[in-house]
Amino acid sequence: MNPVVARLALASLLGRKRSWLLIGLAGLLFIVAGLTRWGSGADIGASSTLIQNFGLGTLVPVMCLLIGTGVIAPEIEDGSVVYILAKPLPRATIALTKLAVAEAVALVFTVVPVLIATQIAGDEGGRLALGMGLATALAAVAYTSVFFAIAVLAKNPTIIGLIYALLWEGTLAGYVPGVKSASIRQWALAPAESTLSSHPELGVASDVGLPLSVVLLVAVTAGGLVAALWKLQRLTVRVGD
Amino acid sequence: MSVLELTSVSRWFGNVVAVNDVTMTIGPGVTGLLGPNGAGKSTLLSMMSGFLPPSSGTVTLDGEPTWRNPAIYSLIGIVPEAEAMFDSMTAQQFVEANARLHGLPHPVEAARAAIDHVDMSFAADRRIGQFSKGMKQRVKMATALVHSPSVLLLDEPFNGMDPRQRMHLLELLQRLGDEGRTVLFSSHILEEVEDVAGTIEVMVAGRQAASGDFRSIRRLMTQRPHQYAIVSSDDRALAAAIIADGTADGVTLGADGLVVQASNFGAFAHALPRLASQHGISLRDVTPSDESLESVFAYLVSR
Repeated sequence: MNPVVARLALASLLGRKRSWLLIGLAGLLFIVAGLTRWGSGADIGASSTLIQNFGLGTLVPVMCLLIGTGVIAPEIEDGSVVYILAKPLPRATIALTKLAVAEAVALVFTVVPVLIATQIAGDEGGRLALGMGLATALAAVAYTSVFFAIAVLAKNPTIIGLIYALLWEGTLAGYVPGVKSASIRQWALAPAESTLSSHPELGVASDVGLPLSVVLLVAVTAGGLVAALWKLQRLTVRVGD
Repeated sequence: MSVLELTSVSRWFGNVVAVNDVTMTIGPGVTGLLGPNGAGKSTLLSMMSGFLPPSSGTVTLDGEPTWRNPAIYSLIGIVPEAEAMFDSMTAQQFVEANARLHGLPHPVEAARAAIDHVDMSFAADRRIGQFSKGMKQRVKMATALVHSPSVLLLDEPFNGMDPRQRMHLLELLQRLGDEGRTVLFSSHILEEVEDVAGTIEVMVAGRQAASGDFRSIRRLMTQRPHQYAIVSSDDRALAAAIIADGTADGVTLGADGLVVQASNFGAFAHALPRLASQHGISLRDVTPSDESLESVFAYLVSR
């Protein structure tokens, strides 16, 4: 970890238009949560469905995509990564620091809005917020690691990440049984389900068992980190055209 | 004092060979890396900077390989061609961040000194995003100089500079070279190299075409056979007069006029108007037909 790399990463993540986009997405979640409360009369089932499908299923992966790729892909794209790479720092330190910053930003920008949106849409004594907050935190860590790896490995990280986030995690993982159990979204729901096991009326349920989910979450998070480290060690950069 | 050493270096991308078996030693002083666009200059600089591994051969700085060896960056300063920096930061903040990344003991003072070195103190607290191309170039120089490196690598540093900025950078490079630093900059413009580089390395199509003292290479370049396309009121008579005069090596008479080969460029340029007026021939068009830089370089390669 290097504090200067962290500060630069934070500045480029939040300095660009990106932070407004993240705030806008959170705002969108609040509006939809308000509409849900108004339409359903603060029904807990409707609130749970909204937060799981629109929040955890769509907005969380998209926000993690913006953050996980945004912390490194634009710099590789425009060549300014040279200023950080041309320093007597191991590339592993640079990668770890950038990922840590992305993870922290992703946690703040996903968990807080989900907690607030759950309160807006409807909750029972904060239990749904607790469960969904936990699921969101776990999903955010895993997603950000995956998108960070995609940012370092792929030529068009945003497009590839968007297809994965919206098609796989957002759509297929909600309906198709086989895909369902192979999605970060379902794995992140398992610990939440077991936390809320005495409240089945909240409708928080995962297709995957708890131990397997935890193993898979850890594996995906670590896998993303290892892949990003591997590639960044070998990343070639052109100093000119 | 640091020395960059390239030994039988080749680099290919798929089927394209960007650098082909180049061996060179870059020592203290200013060296110009000259060549047309696409000659492999940036690829060479990328390898020297440790950002690209050679496909074969070795690139070392003071005996240490540059690829996957971040320790070299304590000795190297790099000025990339790309303009992108951290545009939301001020010049002072950005150069200071670079100083901190180098682990310098007094980053604030080091940044101030580097910015002063490139005459940018007046704009130190302005955001980089507002700067002109020439000012950005100077901020890039400041980031590369902040840790007082013994090697400075610059890719096309004069691109987009006005004459005054150019002059200033030339003086700065000269001074750094005189201080015993190893300064290497790339350019595709002969005249840029002329004013500052004592030594030049000429690259053409991935190969090293010439290497050594600037003046002797310049002589090679100006003494090559020049070719002119000439259209006149009486091409046949002019052809006869040119051949009789003896300043040209050969004349070809075609439907569209004459093509003249002359290896003594100065003598022929003086003789042509004299011959035309002596024989009452009016010259309608005189075009040097191979004056492009590529043809100058191609000539060097063929030697």
